[in-house]
Amino acid sequence: MSSTEVNQIEELANKEYKYGFVSEIDADSLPKGLNEDIIRQLSSKKNEPEFMLEWRLKAYRHWLNMQEPNWANVHYQPIDYQEISYYSAPKKKPQLNSLNEVDPQLLETYEKLGISLDEQKRLSGVAVDAVFDSVSVATTFKEKLSELGIIFCSMSEAIKNHPELIKKYLGSVVPYTDNYFASLNSAVFSDGSFAYIPKGVRCPMELSTYFRINAANTGQFERTLIVADEGSYVSYLEGCTAPMRDENQLHAAVVELVALDNAQIKYSTVQNWYPGDKNGKGGIYNFVTKRGACRGVNSKISWTQVETGSAITWKYPSCILQGDNSIGEFYSVAMTNNYQQADTGTKMIHIGKNTRSTIISKGISAGKSNNSYRGLVKVGRNAENARNFSQCDSLLIGDKCGAHTFPYLEINNSSAQVEHEATTSKIGEDQIFYLNQRGISTEDAIGMIVNGYCKEVFKELPMEFAVEAQKLLSVSLEGSVG
Amino acid sequence: MLEIKNLHANIGNKEILKGINLKVNAGEVHAIMGPNGGGKSTLASVLAGKEGYVVTKGEVIYNGKNLLELSPEDRAREGIFLAFQYPVEIPGVSNTNLLKTALNEIKKYRGEEELDAMEFLTLIKQRMKIVELDQTLLSRSVNEGFSGGEKKRNEIFQMAVLEPKLAILDETDSGLDIDALRIVANGVNKLKSKERATIVITHYQRLLDYIVPDVVHVLYNGKIVKSGGKELALELEEKGYDWIKDPKELIEH
Repeated sequence: MSSTEVNQIEELANKEYKYGFVSEIDADSLPKGLNEDIIRQLSSKKNEPEFMLEWRLKAYRHWLNMQEPNWANVHYQPIDYQEISYYSAPKKKPQLNSLNEVDPQLLETYEKLGISLDEQKRLSGVAVDAVFDSVSVATTFKEKLSELGIIFCSMSEAIKNHPELIKKYLGSVVPYTDNYFASLNSAVFSDGSFAYIPKGVRCPMELSTYFRINAANTGQFERTLIVADEGSYVSYLEGCTAPMRDENQLHAAVVELVALDNAQIKYSTVQNWYPGDKNGKGGIYNFVTKRGACRGVNSKISWTQVETGSAITWKYPSCILQGDNSIGEFYSVAMTNNYQQADTGTKMIHIGKNTRSTIISKGISAGKSNNSYRGLVKVGRNAENARNFSQCDSLLIGDKCGAHTFPYLEINNSSAQVEHEATTSKIGEDQIFYLNQRGISTEDAIGMIVNGYCKEVFKELPMEFAVEAQKLLSVSLEGSVG
Repeated sequence: MLEIKNLHANIGNKEILKGINLKVNAGEVHAIMGPNGGGKSTLASVLAGKEGYVVTKGEVIYNGKNLLELSPEDRAREGIFLAFQYPVEIPGVSNTNLLKTALNEIKKYRGEEELDAMEFLTLIKQRMKIVELDQTLLSRSVNEGFSGGEKKRNEIFQMAVLEPKLAILDETDSGLDIDALRIVANGVNKLKSKERATIVITHYQRLLDYIVPDVVHVLYNGKIVKSGGKELALELEEKGYDWIKDPKELIEH
C-alpha cells in the first residue's frame, strides 16, 4: 500500500460513525443486576403468562451453572452481568392506531436512520415491525398479512396471543440449555419478532425488523422465531444501526427458524452495530445464536448476512438439515476495520438423506482488525448422499489486519461429497492503478474492487437490501481504506 | 500536446530514464522502439503516474499543464489513456460497470453531462464494432478469464469508449497472433484523428506494418538515441538494435 493510500486511509478512518447519535426518550428501566426477582419483575412488566416465567427461570438456573465460552478468536474484558440493566422500555407508550400517534422524537430517529415507516409503507411495500430498544412501537401491514393468515408481530404479543405456537416452537431449535449466551437470552429476552406463515402461503412481501439499541448500559436480548408451515415461503430482513456509546454494550440475540415440509425461509441480515471508535473504544459485543431447522422434507433455509459493525461479532447462523432432500445455504460478507474482531461462520448439520448445503463466506479485514471464519460441516451416519460446497475467501486491506479460517469437518457417512475451497488475497496496487488510469479515484476503486469481491453474496440479497448493503459497505470502507 | 524535457526517473535508487526529450503534436502517431530494459515501459508508467516511479529531474507539459503534478486519475480525466501491457483482472466488477463509472467520472471532471444507461449502452454497442469485441465480454468481470488477445482487444475497446486525447499503447502487440494483431491495429487506426495523438511502444517492427507512425524513436539506455521517419523502423528490423548501441554509429548520425 502506497503512502498516499495510507494517508487517505488515516484521514477517512477519522470520520465519525455515521449513525452515532442518541435519542433522548425517557426509559423505564429495571435496576442493574440479574437474579430471579429481576426475571419475575421483567416477566410481570410484560404481563406474561405463567409458562413463560417458568421457562425463563429454568433458563436462568441453567445459566448459573454455565461457563462463558472462550474458544472464539476474540479478546475482550470480562463482562460484569450484574452491571447490566435487563429491561428498558420507552415510557410514553404510543397507541398503535396510526403512526401519527407515535412519539415524534421516535419517528425522528427513524428519519435519521433513513427508515421512515411512512416511506417504507408507501414505496417498498415492506412491512416493518420496528423494535426501538426493547418494545415494539409500530407494526405495519398487519391487516394485509392477517388476511392470508400470516402472523407477524412482536414476541411479547405472540406470547400473549398465540401461546400454543410459542409453547410448541420457542426453544425447539435453540433450547434454553444450548449455550451460555442463548441461555442468558432465554432468561431475560425483552422482545423480538415472531412470524408464522400458514400452510401453502407465500408471504407476498419481505418481512422486516429494524433493531436499535438506545438506552445506555441496557443489554439487548432479542428473541426472534419464524415458523414456515408446510409448503409456505417467507423472506425476512433484519437490519440494524446503533448510537455511539462509550461503554461496551452486550447484545445476545437468539433467532430460531423452523421450516416444515416443502417450506422455504430466506433470512437476510445487514448488521451495522456501533463498532467502537478508531482506537477500539466502545462498540457493541454481538454474541448471537442463529439457527434454522429444516424439519420437513424438501425444505430450505438460506442465511445471507452482511456484517460490518460491532466491536466483537460471535455469530454462526446454522442449518439443521433434518428433512430428506432439505437444503441449507449460508452467504456471508464480514467486514472488520480498526480494532473490530469477528469470529463468524456457520454450521451445516446433515441428518436427512440427499441433503445439500452451500457455504460462501467473504471476509474483508482492514485496519488492525481480526476476521475469522469458523465453520462446521457435519454429516450424520444416516445422511446418505449428503453434499456440501464451501468457499471461504479472505481479502486483506493493509498489512496490520488478520484473516483466519477454521473449517471443521465431521463426516460419518461415506457417500458424502464435501468440497472446501479457500483463498486469501490482498487488494492489488495494480488493480487500483488500473482503475485510477481509467479516471476512477482510489477511494472509488477500492469500493469497486471490494463490492466486486462480494458480488456472489450480494446477489443473494433482496434487491432493496442489496443496494443498502453496497452503500453500507462503502460507508464502512470510508472508515478504513477510502 | 505533449512535451517531455530532460526527463529523469528512478525506480528505487536505480535511474531508468536518463534525460528523455520528446515532443508529440495532436494528430501524430509516434512509435517508441528499442531493446528490452531500455526504459520504454517506464516512460509509459511515468506518464500515467504509477506509484514507485520517482521523477528526479525534468518536466512534462501536457496541453499547457504540468502533468507530473496531477494524480493518476486526473491525468486520465485530462485525456491520457494507457493501454496496459498486462491488463489486470478485477473479479466481480463487470467490464460495463468499469467503463460506465470511468466515462462518467471523466465527464464529471470536464463539466459535461453524464450518460444515462441507455445512452451508454448505445455508445458501447457502437464502439464494440471497432475491435470486433464479443458482446459476452461486456458483462464478464474485467479481464477475468480473458485470453491474451481478448485482453488487448478490451484495452483498445476501452480506449474507443473513453476517447482519449493522448493514447499510449504499451507493447499492445505482445502475445498477439497475426489475426488479433490485425484487429487491434485496425481498431487503433479507426480511432486516429486530428485531435488525438498516439504513442505506440513496441519491440517489433511488425505492428508498424499496420499502424503507420509519423515518427519513430529509439529508446536505449534511458535516452532517445535516434529519431526518424517510418523507414527507421524497417532499418531497425533489418539491422537489429546492435548498430544503435555502437557509439561510432551514433556519432555518424
